[in-house]
Amino acid sequence: MLLHVERLTKRFGGLLAVNDVTFSVEQGKINAIIGPNGAGKSTFFNLISGLHRPTSGTIAFKGRDITRLPANERAKLGIARTFQTTHLFEQATVMDNVIIGHRLRTSSNLFDAILRTKRHRREEQACKEKAMEVLDFVGLTHVADRMVANLSQEQKKRVAFALALATDPELVLLDEPAAGVNPDETEGLEELIVKMVKGGLTVCLIEHKMSMIMKIADRIMVLNYGEKIAEGTPEEVQNNEAVIQAYLGGSTVA
Amino acid sequence: MAVFEKRRLWLAVLAALALAFPLLVTNGYYVHMMTISFIWMIAVYGLNLFAGYTGYLSLAHAGFFAIGAYTLGILTVKAGWPFWLAFAAACLLTTLIGVFVGLVALRTKEHFFAIYTLCVGYIIYLIIDKWDSLTGGVRGFIGIPAPADIGPLSFQTPVAQYYLVLCFLVAVIFTMYRLVYSLTGRTYIAIRNSEELALTLGISTMKNKLASFVLSVFFTSLAGALYASFIRFLGPDIAYVSVMFDFLTYLLVGGIGTLAGPVVGTLLITFLSQQLQFLQDYRMLIFGPVLTLLIIFYPHGIAGGVIRLKAKREEARRLDPEANRVAAELAVSSQGRGERHAEEG
Amino acid sequence: MELFIQQLLNGLTVGSVYSLVALGLTLVYGILHIPNFAHGALYMMGGYVTLMAMTKLGMPYGIAIVASMAAVGLLGVLMERLVFYPLRNAPPLHDKIAAIGILLFLEAFAQFVWGADYQTMPTPYGDVVTVFGFTLTIQRILIIASAVIIMILLYLFLKKTFIGASIIAMAQNREGANLVGINTNKVAMLTFFLSGSLAALAASLASPINLVFPGMGHLVILKAFVIIILGGMGSIPGAIVGGYILGFSESLGATYVSNDYKDIIAFAILVIILTVKPNGLFAKEGH
Repeated sequence: MLLHVERLTKRFGGLLAVNDVTFSVEQGKINAIIGPNGAGKSTFFNLISGLHRPTSGTIAFKGRDITRLPANERAKLGIARTFQTTHLFEQATVMDNVIIGHRLRTSSNLFDAILRTKRHRREEQACKEKAMEVLDFVGLTHVADRMVANLSQEQKKRVAFALALATDPELVLLDEPAAGVNPDETEGLEELIVKMVKGGLTVCLIEHKMSMIMKIADRIMVLNYGEKIAEGTPEEVQNNEAVIQAYLGGSTVA
Repeated sequence: MAVFEKRRLWLAVLAALALAFPLLVTNGYYVHMMTISFIWMIAVYGLNLFAGYTGYLSLAHAGFFAIGAYTLGILTVKAGWPFWLAFAAACLLTTLIGVFVGLVALRTKEHFFAIYTLCVGYIIYLIIDKWDSLTGGVRGFIGIPAPADIGPLSFQTPVAQYYLVLCFLVAVIFTMYRLVYSLTGRTYIAIRNSEELALTLGISTMKNKLASFVLSVFFTSLAGALYASFIRFLGPDIAYVSVMFDFLTYLLVGGIGTLAGPVVGTLLITFLSQQLQFLQDYRMLIFGPVLTLLIIFYPHGIAGGVIRLKAKREEARRLDPEANRVAAELAVSSQGRGERHAEEG
Repeated sequence: MELFIQQLLNGLTVGSVYSLVALGLTLVYGILHIPNFAHGALYMMGGYVTLMAMTKLGMPYGIAIVASMAAVGLLGVLMERLVFYPLRNAPPLHDKIAAIGILLFLEAFAQFVWGADYQTMPTPYGDVVTVFGFTLTIQRILIIASAVIIMILLYLFLKKTFIGASIIAMAQNREGANLVGINTNKVAMLTFFLSGSLAALAASLASPINLVFPGMGHLVILKAFVIIILGGMGSIPGAIVGGYILGFSESLGATYVSNDYKDIIAFAILVIILTVKPNGLFAKEGH
């Protein structure tokens, strides 16, 4: 198991956002997390990527306990993550945005920067090359110099993917990658995700678009009110009573 | 490439003007004013580095300015240290204090950080004000020497002092230039853009924020020490938070988060203040609303506005298909110059 | 012992003023997540308006205070509408800078119109009274009593009225409150009004003792910030308790430690608290 989460719980004051969830992510597979709005999915991602501290429970990555590890350390271990609202720097170019993705693999500091040391020049070059590489992978080389603010939603999502890929991760957490994207473009993103996994990555994604999930996911976990109510293959989950109940009372199934 | 050459031209012209200024303008008062402006610019660069690139507002910097100034004064006048040794010590001591303040302050978030630094700044002011025996308190501190000779170079005249301060300013600007277009500078900007995203990209926000904070304190202390040696007299009011607000206004008008902002803003406002001397009494009445209006309607400042304009023009050019193809091929090779804008207004 | 109790009573007085100021600040922060750096200017304006109402318009003390509360409350609303509302989507840095701009303007304005001198506020309550053997001016009793009454009224308002409930709802989730039909704009304006009024009241009560001058808001506002960080930003009980704790600490500190440095007490407390608990004493994680 690449990632294993054991009895993970997160409490915000009186609100139990994630309740006693145990879940595993298998290497090389596409794992999906679904559930009605407010089910705790993004909080779950925040817990895994390290932006929140769990109230109780453990998280293990590649066999190592990372529960207390800060977010940036987890990124260095190989966990990358995208956000629902991409958080991209709108007023800068695509290249400017993606170039920083490889920073974590570099070690030059303030002095290297000011003195333009060899190390800095080398690492700067490496970051640029990596950026071009990932932009090529997501098919955005032609917009490398455009301002992010001028891109379409789907292109922005791809930039976010590229950024995550530039960190040289092993596990990529995608938070609603297809949100705000039309059906044709969604297919394009599906292909991209499959391409990522074929290239050796493991993907875990949160999505509301059922067609996408059912098509590409190998394994699905369903959350409702912070609790895991079902887990299994797409077929198993589709026919699960509890899941149907949860959705009938909840948001639309896209 | 044309734009780049134009920038080189601009810089050359500005440099020539700066160098020739005291020779062209014989009025000693104006040379004095310009030198003071340069000192302010250095302090504003300090503020710009931290607020403009990392996105946090530190209200303690006036305090650091004062510590730099007073330390130089105390070491030279009371302890009799040689000037340049005292100068180095002043900057070092202030920076060290900055490290400690930063270590604690940066663990706090946004609003707490501003309040915390406001309080630290106030504590510094209070100490300077009340610790009569050391700082002279309200009576002030006098008799600070002008910079000592370095080899054959003497700095006793206003013109010599002008060039000395100019040298420091150029060094600061150069450092900022190198920083902004580097991986480190990009890291700071990423933190300013979204700390969450930066964390998930593996960036150690704490280390980077601390580094940028400490460097900004260093610049500010440099300005403080220069100020002490130039004005030769200090009062506790230089530690007062209103000094901060002045710096903030210069920075905002010039363009927060830009390389040229501090120069543009400081020059413009000091120049305007001079020209509008008759409005001197109303100065603060005007500053306040200007600051507020700027931040609501035009937060990018002058330099920021220029950058956005240029970016818009380049976008328009880019939509031309032929230019697109050529640009794409050039894009990779010209990246090295950092010409593409890494700055935000 | 007598001195001690005298100082406690002093602390009660000082604490009352601090609490009122902190309450205004915490209301605004709790609901709008804006640290209003200009709050000190509201306090100052409150003092001046009361003074002007009494000296220029001949109003009696009590009426002048009410007038001041209304006027400064309106000033607060203006601030919200003209400055903070346009900045609601801007980065937090901008709110702070804008507030600073307002602060600078109001202080310069006060200095321009009323001069920089320290002015006294004549009050009919200068008489001294002896309670259980301790001397108190009626003014001090008035301060304490007013503060307590206002706090009770505020509490009742927030807990028992619909508008009060809306304010609390908005404090917890602005968007959610909007979605359920709460007019967030009106609530925002009301909050700023309350905030300004409280500041004006505090200033008017304190001015007979502390005099009126353009910089009078500085120290008070810094301490108010310390208080709400101590008590929890957005917490009303926190502002009240914190205000009194600070009042007592300063009073006792001034007497038993050093009068000169008593102002540092507040900041020293803050520095210590934030060093140990960077999110404040009553950190609520996440949303």
